[in-house]
Amino acid sequence: MLIFLNHLINGISLGSVYAIIALGYTMVYGIAKMLNFAHGDVIMVGAYICFFAVSSFSLPPLVGVLLAMVVCTALGIVIERLAYKPLRQATSLAVLITAIGVSYFLQNGAQLLWSSNIKMFPSLFSNAPIALFGGELKITMAAIATVLACVVIMLVLTWFTGRTKMGKAMRACSEDKAAAQLMGINVNATISMTFAIGSALAAIAGVLFCSAYPNLTPTTGTMPGIKAFTAAVFGGIGSIPGALLGGVLLGMIEIFASAYISTQLSNAIVFAVLIVVLLVRPTGLLGKQVREKV
Amino acid sequence: MAMLKVNDIHVYYGSIHAVKGVSFEVNEGEIVTLIGANGAGKSTVLNTVSGLLHPRTGSVQFMDQDLKGAAPHKVVERGLAQVPEGRRVFLQMTVEENLEMGAYTQPNSTIAPGIADVYKRFPRLEERRRQVAGTLSGGEQQMLAMGRALMSNPKLLMLDEPSMGLAPILVEQIFDIIKELHAAGTTILLVEQNAQAALSVADRAYVLETGRISLSGTGAELMASDQVRKAYLGG
Repeated sequence: MLIFLNHLINGISLGSVYAIIALGYTMVYGIAKMLNFAHGDVIMVGAYICFFAVSSFSLPPLVGVLLAMVVCTALGIVIERLAYKPLRQATSLAVLITAIGVSYFLQNGAQLLWSSNIKMFPSLFSNAPIALFGGELKITMAAIATVLACVVIMLVLTWFTGRTKMGKAMRACSEDKAAAQLMGINVNATISMTFAIGSALAAIAGVLFCSAYPNLTPTTGTMPGIKAFTAAVFGGIGSIPGALLGGVLLGMIEIFASAYISTQLSNAIVFAVLIVVLLVRPTGLLGKQVREKV
Repeated sequence: MAMLKVNDIHVYYGSIHAVKGVSFEVNEGEIVTLIGANGAGKSTVLNTVSGLLHPRTGSVQFMDQDLKGAAPHKVVERGLAQVPEGRRVFLQMTVEENLEMGAYTQPNSTIAPGIADVYKRFPRLEERRRQVAGTLSGGEQQMLAMGRALMSNPKLLMLDEPSMGLAPILVEQIFDIIKELHAAGTTILLVEQNAQAALSVADRAYVLETGRISLSGTGAELMASDQVRKAYLGG
């Protein structure tokens, strides 16, 4: 029973990281109708920035995280501006290939700047886990921080999109860009804002992910990026609660599959579940049936 | 004086020459209508004025300023609002949120009184203020689209086919509202396929045929014109 609880906590914690990344995918998809495959690599950049801030410059962890968020936000805006904005009228396939290109560009750039040697991500949280049941059940501070961050981010985003002018404008743009423009909404600025938010979240996710899996390399972002994209599709791409649900479920399935079935097969099982869900509900768990506009 | 001046605009969709040298004017306080069949280029003209499309040649002037290259949101800021064809309300947002979006360019302090004004004009919308717009009927959505455009406090309101797809009784209601808005001092540019209804409220009218203006005059003149009666009023 305690072992099960341990797996459950690990699953929720890993799932929370996926959820934070998936939010970036889903928000950008919702508004720009594109899959930003470079999103995972923004995570990696965020982790490197935090790594250097804390390990090389001995800055406090919180400063490292904030620095990573600032750099990733700027990076997200620049990527959108240089790579995606010129393709606003292009076919979605052209944008998709560009996103893959940006992904490799970031990976190779990181390799050039920081080499491909594994860097050990410093532990940002106190190493002493909270021990319950006489030490049988250990919960790491990193896990607690991850789940907490995920909850706070969800609450803030729900408030932002539901209550603020800018957030409502984002929803309006994701529904109908031309109508949003006729309301006086600057669609380009709104898309830019969405990339900024998604990339800031990616920085947080990068730090949290590397706190749990500290081997940092230029390809660190690839796997969590793909998993989080899967989570976003699983929950229903374009839906913010869907990203949360998809992320947490995916994390739990992954941990339980590797604990109780097979470590080697855990990824295969994750994707098998995705395929089954999409067969039954093609729009994902919370996805809306979108009417195609002509 | 001419509030809106469209000078010889040519608009293309890729290689398709959709609008071939259209010129017209809307004076302050007028209702002007553009009538014409499906595909004549009416919506293209409105979308060009709104900045969603840009003319290859020719110019659009609003309040003596050239709108050349202005982004749509800048056009709205200058006081030119459009109610698009097919209403295009935000279906997943509530009635009240739709109205707030209409006031996007306005200072926050004007939003609440603006919404109150819209509810006074369209009491139906107040009853449904917390409902998402997708649950409204066609007529209610048209009212919402008009209320939403009014939230930007426009000097000139452009309406694209407001009667489309509505039952006759609702068409009458929508045109009554257009007359009321006009009486309250709003200048209106109305695009319609329903020539009968449009000409009956218009001060002046232009007939658009395959991208060109083929006829113009006062509403009454065009109503009496043989050409218009044959082509648009059923004899």
